[in-house]
Amino acid sequence: MTSTSLLETRALSEAEQKQAAQLEYIWREPTGFIGWFKAVHHTTIGMRYVVTAFCFFLIAGLLAGAMRIQLAFPESHFLSADKYNQFFTMHGSTMMFLFAVPMMFEALSVYLVPLMVGTRNIAFPRLNAYSYYLYVFGGIMFFVAFFCNTGADNGWFSYVPLAGPDFAPGKRADFWAQLITFTEISGLCVAVEVLVTVFKLRAPGMSLNRIPLFVWGQAIVAFMVIFSLPAIMLSSTMLLLDRTGGTQFFNPAVGGDVLLYQHLFWWFGHPEVYLIFLPGTAVVSTIVATFSRRHAFGYLVLVLSLVSTGFLAFGLWVHHMFATGIPQIAESYFTAASMMIAIPSGAQIFCWIATLATGRVVLKTPMWWVLGFFFVFIMGGMTGIFVASVPVDLQVHDTYFVVAHFHYVLIGGAVFPLFGALTYWFPKVTGRMLSEKLGQISFWLFFIGFNVTFFPMHLVGLRGMPRRVYTYPANMGWTLLNQIESIGYIFLFLSVLLFMGNVYRSLRRGALAGPNPWLAGTLEWATSSPPPKYNFLHLPTVNGREALWDAAPNQPVVAGLDEDCRSVLTTRTLDAEPEGKDEFPGPSIWPFLAAVATSIAFVASVFTPWGITFGTIPIAITMIGWFWPVKQAADRRREREIWSK
Amino acid sequence: MSLLAAIPGFPSNQTSLNPAGPAAAHIEHTFALIFWITATVYFITLAVLMYFVWSRRWTLALAPIPQPTSDASDRLATRAVAAAVAVTVLLLFVMLISSFVTSHRLGKMNDQQALTINVYGHQWWWEIQYPNEAEPYRMVTTANEIHVPIGTPIRIHGTSRDVIHSFWAPNIQGKRDLLPGYNTDVLMQVDKAGRWRGQCAEYCGMQHAHMSFYIVAEPQQDFDNWMSAQMQPSVVPGNIQAMHGQQVFLSHACVLCHTIRGTTAGSHVGPDLTHLASRSTIAAGMLPNTVGNLGGWILNAQALKPGSRMPPNQISGPDLQDLLAYLETLK
Amino acid sequence: MEQVERPVLDVSKLPTVNFGTKSLTWCGIIGMMAIEGMVFVLMIASYFYLHSRSVEWPPHENPPDLFWGTLNLCVFLLSIIPNEWYRRRARVGDKRAVQIGLVVLTLVGIANLVIRYFELRHLNCDWSLDAYGSAVWMLMGLHVTHLLTDLVDTIVLTVLFFTSLVEGKRFMDASENADYWYFVVVSWIPIYLVIYWAPRWLHA
Repeated sequence: MTSTSLLETRALSEAEQKQAAQLEYIWREPTGFIGWFKAVHHTTIGMRYVVTAFCFFLIAGLLAGAMRIQLAFPESHFLSADKYNQFFTMHGSTMMFLFAVPMMFEALSVYLVPLMVGTRNIAFPRLNAYSYYLYVFGGIMFFVAFFCNTGADNGWFSYVPLAGPDFAPGKRADFWAQLITFTEISGLCVAVEVLVTVFKLRAPGMSLNRIPLFVWGQAIVAFMVIFSLPAIMLSSTMLLLDRTGGTQFFNPAVGGDVLLYQHLFWWFGHPEVYLIFLPGTAVVSTIVATFSRRHAFGYLVLVLSLVSTGFLAFGLWVHHMFATGIPQIAESYFTAASMMIAIPSGAQIFCWIATLATGRVVLKTPMWWVLGFFFVFIMGGMTGIFVASVPVDLQVHDTYFVVAHFHYVLIGGAVFPLFGALTYWFPKVTGRMLSEKLGQISFWLFFIGFNVTFFPMHLVGLRGMPRRVYTYPANMGWTLLNQIESIGYIFLFLSVLLFMGNVYRSLRRGALAGPNPWLAGTLEWATSSPPPKYNFLHLPTVNGREALWDAAPNQPVVAGLDEDCRSVLTTRTLDAEPEGKDEFPGPSIWPFLAAVATSIAFVASVFTPWGITFGTIPIAITMIGWFWPVKQAADRRREREIWSK
Repeated sequence: MSLLAAIPGFPSNQTSLNPAGPAAAHIEHTFALIFWITATVYFITLAVLMYFVWSRRWTLALAPIPQPTSDASDRLATRAVAAAVAVTVLLLFVMLISSFVTSHRLGKMNDQQALTINVYGHQWWWEIQYPNEAEPYRMVTTANEIHVPIGTPIRIHGTSRDVIHSFWAPNIQGKRDLLPGYNTDVLMQVDKAGRWRGQCAEYCGMQHAHMSFYIVAEPQQDFDNWMSAQMQPSVVPGNIQAMHGQQVFLSHACVLCHTIRGTTAGSHVGPDLTHLASRSTIAAGMLPNTVGNLGGWILNAQALKPGSRMPPNQISGPDLQDLLAYLETLK
Repeated sequence: MEQVERPVLDVSKLPTVNFGTKSLTWCGIIGMMAIEGMVFVLMIASYFYLHSRSVEWPPHENPPDLFWGTLNLCVFLLSIIPNEWYRRRARVGDKRAVQIGLVVLTLVGIANLVIRYFELRHLNCDWSLDAYGSAVWMLMGLHVTHLLTDLVDTIVLTVLFFTSLVEGKRFMDASENADYWYFVVVSWIPIYLVIYWAPRWLHA
C-alpha cells in the first residue's frame, strides 16, 4: 500500500485490493528450490547481497582474530609464517573485494535505489541476478582455494614481481587474480543498472534537484566504478597472463615494468576506497536528516561534494607509490591533491553538523552509529593528512600507522554507517524493529573495541613496526601495544555477535514496524514493510527532496501502466517528466546458468588458457538463451506497441 | 615528539620520533606541525558536534512532522559552514607548505663528497657494498650491517635482486623502495652515534618480518678502522681447529652460496662471509651473532627462519665445532 | 479501471518503442561502451608507459606490417554506410531493410575477422618475447574479443529477424546493435594508430 501521508494510514478500497492482488500475481517471485535460482526482483537479490556480504565480513573478521592472536606475543608460533601471510592476504582481499564494495555499493543500492526513486524494479533485473551469482561463485572459489592451502598470500594488492611467475609458484596468485575478474564484472554490471535506474526510472517530479542524497551518492559511486574497475581488470589480467600465458608485462629484463602494475592497480585502488566511503556518506546524509527532523542542510553543497570527491579521487593514486622514487614535481602535485580532497569531505561534515545543530536530534541506535562515524572517520581523515605529505608518508607508509589510518577511515567511514543503515532499514526489510537496548550495547562495544584495537596501531607504527609482519622481536617495545590491540578485538567480536543475536531475536519477536516507524521522508517508507514485490501499489509522484515530507495533500499517483505484464514507467533524465513505458522480464533461470558457465570458464582458465577459449561456448549458449524472446510476450507487445515520434 | 622516545624501557633506535640525522629531523618537524593542527581541529570539531547533539536532543514522538527551518537559522548555518570550510582550506595550505618546505630541504641535503653505499635487496637479507672507485678490487662487500661515519653525507644507491623491498631506517631517513629494473638513490646523514635499526618495509614474501639491518654510526676514525679491516681478505686460519673448520666450509654446500675472500669460495647467492664475525647479528638482524645461534642456523636455518634460502646442513658435531671456530676467526 | 480518490498521472498513451536516450537498453549499452572504452584507454596508456621505459621501440623487431591492418580499417570505415542505413530503417520499423542490413553487417564482420587473422600473422612480434610484444598482442586481443562478441550478437539478431518474434523491442535491439558497431569501428581507429603507426612515428 502506498501512503504518502506521514501520519495517517487508511485501509485499501476494494478496487485497490483487487489491483494489489493483480500486481502481486504479476510480480511474484518463483517459489521452490529451482525457483530460488530464477529470482529477479531487486529486493530479493539485494537481500542476498546483504546476507552474503555480511557472511564474508564475518569470515574476514575471524581471520583478523587469528592474526591478532598471533601478534599478541612476540615470536609466536600460533600461525606459521606461511599461514599468517595467507591470513592477512585473505583478510584484506575478502574485506575489500567481497565485503566492502559489495555491501556498501551493491547491496545497499540494489535494495534501496529502486524503492527510493519510486519504481518497481531495478533496470536489467536478470543482469542483476547474474551479477549476484558471479559474486558469490567468485567468493566460493577464493575460499575453496584457501581451504586447499592455496590461499592468496601476496597481500590484497598482490604486487609484482612477488606475485609474478618467478616468485609465486603454484596457483595462489592465480586465484587472487581470478577473484578480481569475478567481483569486478559483478560490480560493473550493478553500476550500469544503478545508473540506468537513477537516470531513467525515477518517479515523475523527481527532478535532479529532488533526488535523495542517498541516491546521488550511489549514482556517483556507479560512475566511479565504471572508470576505475577496468584498471584492476587490466592489471589482474596482465598478472594472470604473465603467470600462465608467457607474457612479459612486468619483466624488466625484456622491457616490462613493475611499476606499470602499481600504476594500474592504484588507478583503481584509490577510487576503490571512495567506492566504499561515499555510500557511507550517503547513509549518513539520510540518517542525519531523518534523526534531525529536517531536510539535510546544504543539499547543493552535499551533492557537489560528492561529485568533486568522485572526480578528485581519480587524481590521487600515486600517493600509494610515494616510496618508489617518483619525480619531485609528481610528489608535489599528488601531495597537494591528496590534501585538497579533504575539502569536500570537510564540507559534508560541516553540513551534517549544521543539520544537527538546527534540527531536533533523535538519539536512536542509527544515530548513535552515525555519531560513532564522526568520531572515527574524522580521526582517520586527520591521519590522512599525515600520509598525504610525502616526507611524513615516507616514515609511516607500510607501517602500522597507515594500517590504523585506513581502518579508521574504512571502518569509520563505512562500517559504522553500515551498522546504522542495517538498524535503520531493518524495519523496512523485515517489518520488525530491532531492539533499541541491544543496539545501544552493540554500538558501545564496537566503538570501544574499535578504538582499543586500532588506536595503539598509530603508536606502534610510529615506534617502527612495519605492516604485514607475521611476528616481531621481543625487545622492540611493541609487545604491550600489540596485546592491547588484541584485547580490543574481543570487544569487536562480542559486539558483532550481539548484533547478530539482536537480528535473530527481532526477526521473531521484534515490535511490528509498520511502513514508516522513523517518520522519514524518502519513498521507501511509503510502502509496506517489507515491500511487496511490486514495490508500490500506485507508483508515486514527487514534490520535493524528501518525498513524504514535501508531498502535497493530493499528491498524484501514476496510473495507466499495463496490469497484465511487468510494466514500468520511464522518465526523462533531467526533470523526470514521464517519457515512455517499458516491460521488465520475469523470473528466468538463464542468469544463473550463464553465471555457472562464466564461472566454469574463469576457474578453468586458472589451470589452462583453453579454459577461456572453450569456456566461451557455453557462455554464448546461455546468453543466447537469456536474450531469446518468448513468443507469447512478443505477440502481446506487438499488439500494443506505441512507437515514439 | 621525542618524549615518546625518552620513556624508559622503550628502545628508540627504530622510530621516526627520535631523529638521529637531518633528514629524519626535517620530517619530524612537519610531522609535529600536522599533529598539533589536526589534533586541535579534531577536538574542536567533535566538541562542537557533541555540544549541538546534546543541546538539541529530542524524541521522535515530540517531532512527528519534520520541522520547517527558518531562513535566519539557515543563513547563520551557511555562514558557519562557509567559515569552517575557509578555515579548513587555510589550515590545509599551512600543512601543505610545511610539507613542501621539508621536501625541498630533503632535496637540497648536502651531498658534497658523499660516501656511496650500494644496497641490494634480497629475499630476505641486505647485500651491502662499499664501491671503491680508485681501487675497484678493494670494494667491501658485507651483509645486513652498514657502518657510516658520523656527520658525513651518505648516498644509498639501491636496487633489488628479486622482488620489491623497501630500505627504511626511521631514525635517519624516510623509506625508499628497492625495485627490480630500477636504480634508486637516496641521501642520508647520521649525526648521532649508535646502532640504528632498520627493517624492510615492503612485503616481500615469507620472511619479510625478519629482514632487518643495522646502521652503525661511529666517529670517522672508528669508521676508517672498520673499513680497512673489511677491505682485507679473510684471515688465514691460525690453528688446527680453524684450519679444519675451513676445510669443512670448503667441502660442504656452503661454497655454493657464500663468498669468503681469500679462499676459493666465491658465490654471490648468499651473504659475503669474509668478515662474518665482525657483525653483531645474523639472519638479517634476527639473531645475535653468537656461536650457539650460528650453529643452530647452519644446522637448520629452516627451523629459525622458515622459507629462507639457506638449506639445512648435515654436519657432524665435531665438524660443526671446528667450522664454528673457523667462522669466529673471520673478524 | 481502478477508482482512486486522488489525482492521477495517466501514462497509458506513452510510447513503448523508444530509441536513443529514451531506451533503457541503449543507456545500458552506453555504459558498456564507457567500460570497454576505459579498458582501451588504459591499455593504450600502458603501451606508451612501457615505451617510455624503453630505449628501442620496437625492440629488435620490425613494426607490424601495414597492409592488413589498413585493409581492415578501410573495411570498417566502409561498413559505416550499410550500418547507418539499416540503423535509420530500424528506427521506423522497416523489417526488410533491417534484415538486409543485418545480413550485410554479418558478412562484414566475418570479413573483418578473416582479415584480422592475417593481421595477427603479420604483427612481427611475439607476446612471450618482450613487453612490447605483450602490449601489442593485448591491444589486438582486446579488439578481437570486441569484434567476435559483436559478430555473435549480430548473427543472433539476424536469425531473430527472420522469425515471427519481431516486434518493436527487436527494432530497438537492431538500432542499438548498429550503434554498438559504430563503437567497434571507432575504437579501432586509435588502436590501429597505436599498433601500426606509433612505432613508426616514435622510433626509439
